[in-house]
Amino acid sequence: MNPRFRRYFFLISVVAFFGVFAWGLHDLPPFGHYRGPYGDILNHVAVYERHATDVVTAVNFDYRGFDTLGEESILFMSVIGTSLLLRPQKKETDNNDGKADNSLQRDLDESERRRAPAASDAARVLTLALVGPLIVFGWYIVTHGQLTPGGGFQGGVILATPPLLVYLAGDLKTFKRITRQEWVEAIEGAGIFGFVLVGLLGLFVGGAFLQNLLPLGQTGSVISAGTVALLNIATGLAVSGGFVQLIYVFLEQTLEVKLRVQGGK
Amino acid sequence: MQLLQMLILCFVAIFGTAVVLTRDPRSQVIGLSFFGLVLACMFFIFQAPDVGLSQVVIGAVALPLMFMLTMARVRRNTEEHEARKRHEKKGKEAA
Repeated sequence: MNPRFRRYFFLISVVAFFGVFAWGLHDLPPFGHYRGPYGDILNHVAVYERHATDVVTAVNFDYRGFDTLGEESILFMSVIGTSLLLRPQKKETDNNDGKADNSLQRDLDESERRRAPAASDAARVLTLALVGPLIVFGWYIVTHGQLTPGGGFQGGVILATPPLLVYLAGDLKTFKRITRQEWVEAIEGAGIFGFVLVGLLGLFVGGAFLQNLLPLGQTGSVISAGTVALLNIATGLAVSGGFVQLIYVFLEQTLEVKLRVQGGK
Repeated sequence: MQLLQMLILCFVAIFGTAVVLTRDPRSQVIGLSFFGLVLACMFFIFQAPDVGLSQVVIGAVALPLMFMLTMARVRRNTEEHEARKRHEKKGKEAA
């Protein structure tokens, strides 16, 4: 593809794109005029039907809870896929064992010898002091999903940050010690399984999958909205487990492999 | 449209363009974090605090991980390249 053809191709594409774009904009409703009936209906009925003051969470974990199960499974599968893809490979660990050309490796190590400086006292104190409040805040976001913005997903990600802070204050060894691999995987699996279990409860009593069958409680209290609160906790567990796992494999890929190449000599 | 909404949309457009136009990866990461912050404010101003919260947590936890991995990989490639060059130079001097 020569430059002239490329330029013409670009110009034609731009003109075509803006034509279609303007055509699409023309028929849009004016700014602030919402034409979907479902949103208005839900805004009116959700608080009475589900006793949840955050309609977004009521929609996510009740009216379309099955979609959320799908989304959670997507996260689960992508974490598994990433772990599989980033696992330490034989080639990376045995880089300098029995190879004829060791001097190249030595030259490489000269540039890799510099390590990140140890965390300063101020950083250690600040990050470690944040660990407790973040755990409380994460659980607050998870358990108050039906009342205020937030929910299992956002809270779950916040719950995954304390180990990351511990890593920032210390090193990967400490991170590994407080996040035992089998526990992280168990928590992640328990979250997904709990979600499905709550859904199956609806089938057992003769209703639909993910039917909201628990007592709804008083609107505005923490224990309200029936199964929405339970599903939020399950999602929080699954997401926090998944993200800790992600953080672990990413840190391992960037730090551990390199250290092993260094330490292998 | 309110003034605040117009203002925040302009900010999103400016920061988004700035991120795309930045070439140095390290400056780009910092620019992108500002862009994420502006984006979260935009969601909040347009009355979607749930989405804003999601944007904040993803921007604070997931995005830096991607950058860390990418930049480590880029740096390792550069270092390997430099080491190979040093190595070849040494070989020539020995010969």
